[in-house]
Amino acid sequence: MIKGRRIIMKKWFLVLSSIFVLLIAGCGTTTSSNSDSQAPSGTGEQPSQVQTPANPSVILATTTSTQDSGLLDELIPEFEKATGYKIKTIAVGTGQALAMGEKGEADVLLTHAPASEKKLVDSQAAVNYQLVMHNDFVLVGPPSDPAKAKGMKSPSEALKAISDSQSIFMSRGDDSGTHKKEKSLWEKVNIKPEGKWYQESGSGMGQTLNIASEKAGYTLTDRATFLSLKKNLQLEIVVEGEKSLLNIYHVMQVNPDKFPKVNADGSKAFADFMIDSKAQTIIGEFGKDKFGQPLFFPDAGKSEDQIGK
Amino acid sequence: MELVLEGLRKAIYMLITGDPEVFRITLLTLQVSGTATLISLLIGIPLGTLLALTRFPGQRLLLSLVNTGMGLPPVVAGLWISIFLWRSGPLGSLNLLYTPTAIIIAQAVIASPIVIGLTSAAIQQINPKLRLQIKALGATRLQYLWFLLKEARFSLLAAVIAGFGAVVSEVGASMMVGGNVKGYSRVLTTATVMEVSKGNFDVAIALSAILVLLTYLTTLWLTLLQQKR
Repeated sequence: MIKGRRIIMKKWFLVLSSIFVLLIAGCGTTTSSNSDSQAPSGTGEQPSQVQTPANPSVILATTTSTQDSGLLDELIPEFEKATGYKIKTIAVGTGQALAMGEKGEADVLLTHAPASEKKLVDSQAAVNYQLVMHNDFVLVGPPSDPAKAKGMKSPSEALKAISDSQSIFMSRGDDSGTHKKEKSLWEKVNIKPEGKWYQESGSGMGQTLNIASEKAGYTLTDRATFLSLKKNLQLEIVVEGEKSLLNIYHVMQVNPDKFPKVNADGSKAFADFMIDSKAQTIIGEFGKDKFGQPLFFPDAGKSEDQIGK
Repeated sequence: MELVLEGLRKAIYMLITGDPEVFRITLLTLQVSGTATLISLLIGIPLGTLLALTRFPGQRLLLSLVNTGMGLPPVVAGLWISIFLWRSGPLGSLNLLYTPTAIIIAQAVIASPIVIGLTSAAIQQINPKLRLQIKALGATRLQYLWFLLKEARFSLLAAVIAGFGAVVSEVGASMMVGGNVKGYSRVLTTATVMEVSKGNFDVAIALSAILVLLTYLTTLWLTLLQQKR
C-alpha cells in the first residue's frame, strides 16, 4: 500500500514537473512578448548611431504580391537599419489592406488599386499619397491554350475567347488589386463571368497561380509574382503589354489626425523611404539577377499619365 | 516525389545548420502553443471539475455548449479576437493585435473548451461509489478533489495532449491575430502557408516536417509521462 502510494507520488511529481516546464516556457514568452510590444525583437542589432524612435512599431498593410515576390524582404531591412523603426508587414489582398486603412488599423499602406485608393484619399482616411512603382499584369494560361487566346492584343478580347470556349478561368475572388483589375477587364466586353468554367480561389496570387496551373486554367497575374513562381508552374503568358494592364503601386499614410492611434512619424518615415532614391534603386534592380529582367519599375516623382510611355 | 525528397533534405539541412530564422520560428511555436496550453489547463481543469461535480439547472445545456466549443473552428476564434483587439475595438488600447501574445490568447480560447470537456468527462467517469466511499472516510473537501484529479490523471494528460495538438497545428487564428510578421509573430503553420504561396515548396515541406517532428516529440514526452509505471 505504502509502495503504491510512493509510485503515485512519483507520477505526480513528474506531472507537476512537466507543468513547471510549461510554465517556464510560458513566462519566457510572456515577458519577451511584453517587451516586444514596445520594441519588437532585433532592435539590438542596429548600429548605435540610429536612435530607436519612441514608438518603433509600424504596421504596414500591403498586397500579397510585394511579399510573395520577395521585394519587401529587400526593402524592409534597409528601412529598419536606416531609421530604427520595426515594420510589421501584414500581407493581405489590396481590398483588405485598404479596409484596414479605412478603419485606422494600419499605419501605412502599399497597394495597387488606384481607383479604390482614391476613395480613401478623398475621404481623408489616407494622406501623403505617393506613386512608388509599377509593373504590369499579364494574362497567363496553359501551354495547350484551349481558348486560342495567345497573341491577342487586347486582354478583354482574350477574356471573351476564354468565356466563349468555356475554358477554365481562375479568379482571385478576394477583392484584391488584381481581382479589381480583372473585373474591370470583364466589364469592358460586357461579360458577367459565371458558370462552371469561372472559378474563384479566394487566395493570394501565389496560391491562385498554383491552382490555375494544376487545373490547366487561365488567370490574370502581376508579372512579378508570375516570374518568381514560374519554375513551378505549367503556365505561359497569353496576353501582355497593353496599357490597360498596367499595375501601379502607391504608398500612403493612414491619416493620424483622423485616427489618433496611428504611428504618424513611423508611417511618414516609411512613405518617405519608399520614394527616396535609395529604395527606388533597390526596386529597379530587384529581380534582375534572378530573372534577367526587373520585376518592378521605380516611378517616384512621376505622374500616373507618364507611366508606361 | 523529387520535391518531397528535396524538402526533407532541406529540413535536415536547416536543423543541422541551425538556421536562425527556422530556429526562432520553431521556438516561438513551442512557446506560444505551450503557454496557451498551460493557460487552458489553468482555466479548464477547475471549470471542468466544477461542471462534473455540481448539479444545477442548465448544466446539460452548458455541457453541450462546452462540447461544441471543443470543435471551435480556429478561424472563428481568430476573427472574433481580432475584432476585440482592433485599435477601434474594445481592447484596442492594449496594442495586442499582431503580437505573439494575441496568438496565445486565441490559442488559449481554442484549447480551453477541449480541456474543460475532457476534464469533466474524466471526473464523471470515476465510479460514484468510490466517490461516496472517500467522502464517507471523512476526506476534507481539498483531499476529495485531489483524490478525484489523481484518479483521473490518465484522462487529464490526454486532455493536455489534445489541447496542445489542437493549437500547435492551427493556422487560421494565428494568421489572423498574429499577422505572420517576420521574425516576430511567425509560427511554423503560418510560415508554411506563406512559403507555399511563394512557391517555395521545398521550404514548405521542410517546415511541415519540423512541425510534425515537434508535435511528435512533445506528444511522446506527454505520453511517456502518462504511461510511466
